[in-house]
Amino acid sequence: MAEKKTLKRFASLFLASTLIAGALAACSNEGTTKESGGSSSSESSDVIKIGANLELSGPVASYGSSIGDGAELAVEEINAAGGIDGKQVELVKVDNKSDNAEATNAAIKLATQDKVTAMIAPATSGNVIATAQIANQNKIPTVTASGTAPNVTENADGTINDYVFRTCFIDPFQGVVAANFATSELGAKNVAIYADNASDYAKGLAASFKEQIEANGGTVVAEEAYVADDTDFKSTLTRIKSANPDFVFIPGYYEEVGLIVKQARELGIEAPLMGADGWDSPTLVELAGAEALNNTFITNHYSSQDPDETIQGFVDAFEAKFSEAPNAFHALGYDTVYYLKDAIERAGSTDGEAIQKALAETKDLSLITGTFSVDEKHNPVKSATVLEYVDGNQEFNSKVNP
Amino acid sequence: MEWLQQLVNGISLGSIYALIALGYTMVYGIIKLINFAHGDVFMLGAFIGFYAIARWDLGFFPALIIAMLLCAIIGVIIERVAYKRLRNATRIAALITAIGVSLLIENTVIYFRGASPEAYPEVLSNKSISIFGANISSQSIMILGVTIVLMILLQFIVHKTKIGKAMRAVSHDPDAARLMGINVDNTISATFAIGSALAGAAGVIFGVYYTRIDPLMGVLPGLKAFVAAVLGGIGSIPGAMVGGLVLGVVETVVSALGYSLWRDAAAFVILILILILKPSGIFGKNTREKV
Repeated sequence: MAEKKTLKRFASLFLASTLIAGALAACSNEGTTKESGGSSSSESSDVIKIGANLELSGPVASYGSSIGDGAELAVEEINAAGGIDGKQVELVKVDNKSDNAEATNAAIKLATQDKVTAMIAPATSGNVIATAQIANQNKIPTVTASGTAPNVTENADGTINDYVFRTCFIDPFQGVVAANFATSELGAKNVAIYADNASDYAKGLAASFKEQIEANGGTVVAEEAYVADDTDFKSTLTRIKSANPDFVFIPGYYEEVGLIVKQARELGIEAPLMGADGWDSPTLVELAGAEALNNTFITNHYSSQDPDETIQGFVDAFEAKFSEAPNAFHALGYDTVYYLKDAIERAGSTDGEAIQKALAETKDLSLITGTFSVDEKHNPVKSATVLEYVDGNQEFNSKVNP
Repeated sequence: MEWLQQLVNGISLGSIYALIALGYTMVYGIIKLINFAHGDVFMLGAFIGFYAIARWDLGFFPALIIAMLLCAIIGVIIERVAYKRLRNATRIAALITAIGVSLLIENTVIYFRGASPEAYPEVLSNKSISIFGANISSQSIMILGVTIVLMILLQFIVHKTKIGKAMRAVSHDPDAARLMGINVDNTISATFAIGSALAGAAGVIFGVYYTRIDPLMGVLPGLKAFVAAVLGGIGSIPGAMVGGLVLGVVETVVSALGYSLWRDAAAFVILILILILKPSGIFGKNTREKV
């Protein structure tokens, strides 16, 4: 009997301790993700606060944390060089957990509690759209580093989100570049499209790719869709294979694309596969395997192997700080801070309306991911880079101007 | 030869469902509990296998055995800590506890290693063999082989060993079994150990075959395996195997017809239809009410 009692006591102790551990886990998460909390109320005029509402955890954490690292490097450089108009820059990072609702909450927090001058918006288009209204209402200029969907800056009724800008090009452009590359470089005639059905990003890319490839005289022989979080793509890929395409376009994010590429090669689909910037993550190579990735291409914002001098300067500085080669998201995060810096300097104040005006008037600004001017829809007009995967490494293929 | 290829795809997917479904069905057969934490034991198995292969440089088979052993222990611990005291409680109390255990396991793993996915290293060489125009990877043949061996082993344990006999007796009537001198507690623990070991094996196989594992990976396959168990007739071991394979093939056929977005829906429509039309499943006996 006594033995039974101790066992019981041990068990309840175990359960209680796991419960407490769970509660503590929740607390400590709060602590690390909202690291900005403390300094929020102390408002001083010699610091320019830039909020960063990023995907630091969750399914697309790789994008958000890359942008954060890039931005951090830029802020460090700017501060070392004397800041913006003599004011030091402070980066306030908030984790939106790769979730729309959390992105809105994070934007509200940055706008009302931290009272930031400008914001770096989330990495994925859906999350940026979730913050657009907050930016417009509070008149806080917001720049997304990598939200490529057209409706990030332009609403469905044709109105422009006044305070939302971006550093990257837009999806239709990526789709067009991919289609032209397929036709002219790879001689593709019968193409298949396999798109993520759940993301605006993938659907937008698929639509513009289809339009352009048909304009180029190609035929879409199969058009399939998958849902995020799937793991078994073989049955649909078998269907694609029997349509016998000579090129497959797979717009989507790396978590699924990695498995799709692997399974496609296992089923004997040898045709070139192509995607866009959503593929760009080291995780892709781990999931697909270096061999399966041969003969695949992506359109991207920049390449760390681009021989250009300023790019190589950035690559060296980045490698010195983080000891890894910067990917496109690092470069875009870095550029976003310089884009804001340029606008704040030209505006000559930290007033939201003045910065917004300066951002919209940006002309021939030369950054790592290309030289651009902003058009009337708040989209930068800039070049895209095509990269090829060779044994698991991205190799610079060509640069395409708009 | 698209259809042959699709059949191969379906059987590979189905054999993973079948391995998980066996654990559900065995536990249900013996204590009438739907163990919703089973999908998470499957996830733990995948992670144990991953660490065994990636960190300790073990091969596929040692990793498989380690994952099965550790999962068996975890299964017994779950049973002893969470379910044993509820054996005479209402069914709903046990069911809710099972859901609680499931959430506890998922979030404990997320707390310790985060929610980001992990890529399984390549442990089995992967060559494609072409038969009648269908590409069959050597991996999927290996996996099918392992699944079949495990199932034969299970049949042997259940029908030819003493513990198997005890399990069948307890499942039939626990009180009578106790009167006959069978240690019911140990028998139930053994059932959990065997079921969880199979889930652990399924986890490693899933990782090798599909590469990506994450802490919430057990949720959907767990539910699908539950559907498979119900389809085959819950409580019946051959039923779980057949149910898993049928479900895998049906899902593949739905995708093959071009309705890939309806694949998950198809599995749950099957569950609803089975519950309405033949609740006892394909292999299920008509349950007699105990008076």
